[in-house]
Amino acid sequence: MSFELETARADAGNLRRVAIDPVSRVEGHGKVTLLIDDNDEIQQVRLHIVEFRGFEKFIQGRPYWEVPVMVQRLCGICPVSHHLAASKAFDHVVGAPVLTPTAAVVRRLMHYGQMLQSHALHFFHLSSPDLLFGFASDVGRRNIVGVAAAYPEIAKQGVLLRKYGQEVIRHTAGKRIHGTGAIPGGVNRSLTVDERDELLAGIDQMIAWSREAVVMVKRLHATDPVLYDDFGTFRSNLLSIVRDDGALDFYDGVLRARDADGGILLDGVEAKDYHQWIGEEVKPWSYMKFPFLKHLGTEAGWYKVGPLARVQNCDFIPSPLAEAERREFIDYGKGQLIHAPLAYHWARMIEMLYAAETIKTLLQTDDLLGGDLVREGAHQPEGVGIIEAPRGTLIHHYAVGDDDLVTMCNLIVSTTHNNQPMNEAVRRVARQYLNGRKLTEGLLNHIEVAIRAFDPCLSCATHALGKMPLQVVLQDRAGSELDRLEKTGAGEISGRRE
Amino acid sequence: MTTGTMLIDGVPVSFEYGQTIMEAAMAAKIFIPHLCHHPEFTPQGSCKLCTVKASGRYVSACTMSAKDGMEVENNTPDLNDKRRTLLQMLFVEGNHFCPSCEKSGNCMLQALAYELEMLSPRFEQFFPNRPVDASHPDFLLDFNRCILCELCVRASRDVDGKNVFALAGRGIHKHLIVNARSGQLADTDFSLQDRAAHVCPVGVILEKRKGFAVPIGQRQYDETPIGQQMDELAARSAKAEE
Repeated sequence: MSFELETARADAGNLRRVAIDPVSRVEGHGKVTLLIDDNDEIQQVRLHIVEFRGFEKFIQGRPYWEVPVMVQRLCGICPVSHHLAASKAFDHVVGAPVLTPTAAVVRRLMHYGQMLQSHALHFFHLSSPDLLFGFASDVGRRNIVGVAAAYPEIAKQGVLLRKYGQEVIRHTAGKRIHGTGAIPGGVNRSLTVDERDELLAGIDQMIAWSREAVVMVKRLHATDPVLYDDFGTFRSNLLSIVRDDGALDFYDGVLRARDADGGILLDGVEAKDYHQWIGEEVKPWSYMKFPFLKHLGTEAGWYKVGPLARVQNCDFIPSPLAEAERREFIDYGKGQLIHAPLAYHWARMIEMLYAAETIKTLLQTDDLLGGDLVREGAHQPEGVGIIEAPRGTLIHHYAVGDDDLVTMCNLIVSTTHNNQPMNEAVRRVARQYLNGRKLTEGLLNHIEVAIRAFDPCLSCATHALGKMPLQVVLQDRAGSELDRLEKTGAGEISGRRE
Repeated sequence: MTTGTMLIDGVPVSFEYGQTIMEAAMAAKIFIPHLCHHPEFTPQGSCKLCTVKASGRYVSACTMSAKDGMEVENNTPDLNDKRRTLLQMLFVEGNHFCPSCEKSGNCMLQALAYELEMLSPRFEQFFPNRPVDASHPDFLLDFNRCILCELCVRASRDVDGKNVFALAGRGIHKHLIVNARSGQLADTDFSLQDRAAHVCPVGVILEKRKGFAVPIGQRQYDETPIGQQMDELAARSAKAEE
């Protein structure tokens, strides 16, 4: 099926095509195309994912124990999520769905360290320049270096929060990026007393800075509520995992979905049953599939994932400071679910606080130092692992043959779940801000801001320092170039603008 | 016992007659890079990593006998540059994906690449199609990583008396095969107790379901470069490598 503005009407007349290519790296390159009529009205907007990665194919034929290490190379931002989702799937394959207490707490600590560092990276390094300086502010300082100059304390906190999360990962996985800590059925190491004490020494500061980050986002919302509530806002369903008792949980749980008004659409769905509820639609103009809830169909079944979904999908957050912030967030919605893309930042900072509080709790667990690391039982031919990655629900599904080689792999990554939502956000922003306007860098950045709110994978690779390259080309129907605007990786704008 | 003395990079090294340059260097704790050499097996000089300059000529240290008064160049920019080139050729000839290889950190090829500061791939990748053999219940053969050192061939033939492995084909088409009518490891009497199961310097012969069990930091070459592990390299003949 097709959504409003997804495909231009056949009677729309002469349409100009404007392409933003690449818009960012979303598991590779992404681009936005707009078709505009003679009255400068937007008739069609699409966010295309034009890269093809192929992991699902080349994992086939590899030994299963290699996959948790190999598959994490999908991503340089949240590899731990893939590492753990694959490990969870293979826990079932090796007959060890319940880990040893030490393995369980080491893995959970690894994941919460990942959530902390990824959320800090996204908010401070990638998004804070937009939020602190304005979407169309001087592009020369709209980057983390600009933030460091104008708000040195904020920039420092962002850098050190991320560093702390990476140290948690290093102590649990062996390396800050692309470690090997989780193996099918458990982990290959636990923490030493020195490692635990080193992390404990810094955690109270991380919790304090995370609280300050939540306060900062709340202040931004309060300063300009119209912008923050309306920018690219659209209504949709929500999906995430929650703990059995309804608590927010990033590492394990059951699938729950709500409709746009908060009503429960599904609940208590175990990971192994995901494919009974979640389908994937293929569209000819994008390599990225469009997931949907099967019982609602493609038109009504699409949903948001990630912080905004998780914080409103759970019944409570099992840590006191973050729970207090969640309540305030829910109250802001005045009884309605909050659907504003910019509210993702607020929810993300609440989650960062939850991650920091949870890390402290886990570090105080004796099991963290234990030596019983791996379990194995009767092998099974199939396994599904679901985890909440920083960007949303991540599903890994594998089948393994009698010879221990992988025969089937299905991955539904967070950015894929958010495919339709990101398209919707871009369409809203295009209509709100680009209709009838002359192209400028600042207007282009509005589209980037909407996409960035969802924290798509690999975004840091291109614009960690405000270096998201953009190219906009205005063509007539015959394909002749009428106008061109480019922003280089260094942030320089060039092209005709008369 | 008759002994002699040679110079390796200007350092006097004594040896017993009949020893190779490699054996004398090992005894003197001087590192000469190598892949196909193993103190337990007859030298064959195929990998050429141990190429040194002896009295002005390029020779394989593992096969050339030490001679009294011989002047050997070993750790020189010229030789290390040639060794680096050999490594770069080995890396592109197979499919060596260190980031997801379970042998990473325990692999001599990778350790030597670090030791000799191989920083770039240099040559075009061959990307050969080499399906794995997972037929055996306890072992996986990943031919993608084979460097044709023939250590498994020698171990299976000379120690195990089984002849499980052999090289077939010629030139660039040379490849490791399993001596069974089916070509499958499951149809041989290969076992965990075989010496050949524990001599692969890269990640071809792998015990199943053990990958990544050793954490980063505790692997063979995590802390100490291979060039400083002379005792470990020399001790390989004294114990079965687990």
